[in-house]
Amino acid sequence: MVCESWREKLDTYHDGELSERQIRTFDAHVRTCLACSADALARVQMKRAIQVAGKRFTPNAEFRKRVQQSIAAKRERSFHLGWILAAAAAVFLVVGTLTSTYVGIRSRDRIFSEIADLHVATLASSSPVDVISTDRHTVKPWFQGRIPFAFNLPDLQNSEFTLLGGRMTYLGQTPGAHLIYDARKHHISVFVFQERSLPARLDEDSRAPKQLSFNMETWSQDGLRYFVIGDASAADVDSLAKLLKAAP
Amino acid sequence: MPLFDQLYNFASWLTQNREDAEDLVQETYAKALKGFSSFQVGTNFRAWMYRILRNTFLTSRSGLKAASTVPLDSEDDAQELAVENETPETILVRSCSSQLVQSAIDNLPMHYREALLLCEVEEMSYQEIAETLSIPIGTVMSRLSRARHTLRDHLVRKLQRTEAVLEGAREINHGL
Repeated sequence: MVCESWREKLDTYHDGELSERQIRTFDAHVRTCLACSADALARVQMKRAIQVAGKRFTPNAEFRKRVQQSIAAKRERSFHLGWILAAAAAVFLVVGTLTSTYVGIRSRDRIFSEIADLHVATLASSSPVDVISTDRHTVKPWFQGRIPFAFNLPDLQNSEFTLLGGRMTYLGQTPGAHLIYDARKHHISVFVFQERSLPARLDEDSRAPKQLSFNMETWSQDGLRYFVIGDASAADVDSLAKLLKAAP
Repeated sequence: MPLFDQLYNFASWLTQNREDAEDLVQETYAKALKGFSSFQVGTNFRAWMYRILRNTFLTSRSGLKAASTVPLDSEDDAQELAVENETPETILVRSCSSQLVQSAIDNLPMHYREALLLCEVEEMSYQEIAETLSIPIGTVMSRLSRARHTLRDHLVRKLQRTEAVLEGAREINHGL
């Protein structure tokens, strides 16, 4: 009877859906039960066979390019519509001044949008970080030689933040550092770029557009532009930003 | 583009047609881009993208046709299927080519196929699968259990037929 009840849970075990306690109990049982261990091995082999067989279709380069182009065109179209509306409004107000203002806003919004995309795409990735470490003395040197600048990371002792790791990233064609922190089970991304290399100028008081749905802080310090973004509370994003600003 | 290869693979399994899969993936990205503001921060981005793809498929002509083929047995009150003492998987896996497993997956009803692929290929948790397919976790578990059982039965039958053909060929050779 014990074996029967375990066999019913074997797939759940292999799917990693049993509790820690159940896994420990099952592991102990398998060591002493030949039938269950053979069954467990067989199901692992079947699982692997399905995994291999399931990865069957690969998109070709031409299709990938087509989708990329169609996405870019859609972004461009939606941008054009916004620009035309903005320009029309500007004609009724003060044409010259507002046009230049909108161009600036457009470039800034695009940067904020790109930062949000990078944050979401990285967290959706199966390997979000290239260097996995909670130690700033490991993560910081990893970037040396990979990006054309150096930056400081704060000591997080006695704070609610944990460094999870880092990766290289690009904004436009500008290389930068992407660090991921954990704060109360929320992931916060910190991006660092050289200010002069960014595709648009951001003022000290530049604020993220509200439609981003993320909390974001940005500032310039020692020629570097920092972005802190995440779905954590505004207070947490602000606290992490303060720690980064004060990093020795 | 995040998840591009995975979404294409999943779309191909659903549509079983390259052109339809490409259209489906392209439409998924267009919808995701258009409706990004509806993505709730803190929820699962991957499940959100797969849900868009699947809903788009279900409202397509081939999707409506596939979804209309439902298994006859009730899945919600399904018991976990016990496996016999003698497990043929080891022999099966050794004997089966990847193509044979692919054909067995092809033959699964759509509801079983998608749950199995999300679990085994995309390595989604039961919770993620439930979010993607908009079904309760209990239904995810019963669909997975039945998908695996059906797949195994299909492979066993296929192997038995192959064995019978080989045996027949051996007898003919022996007679000659």
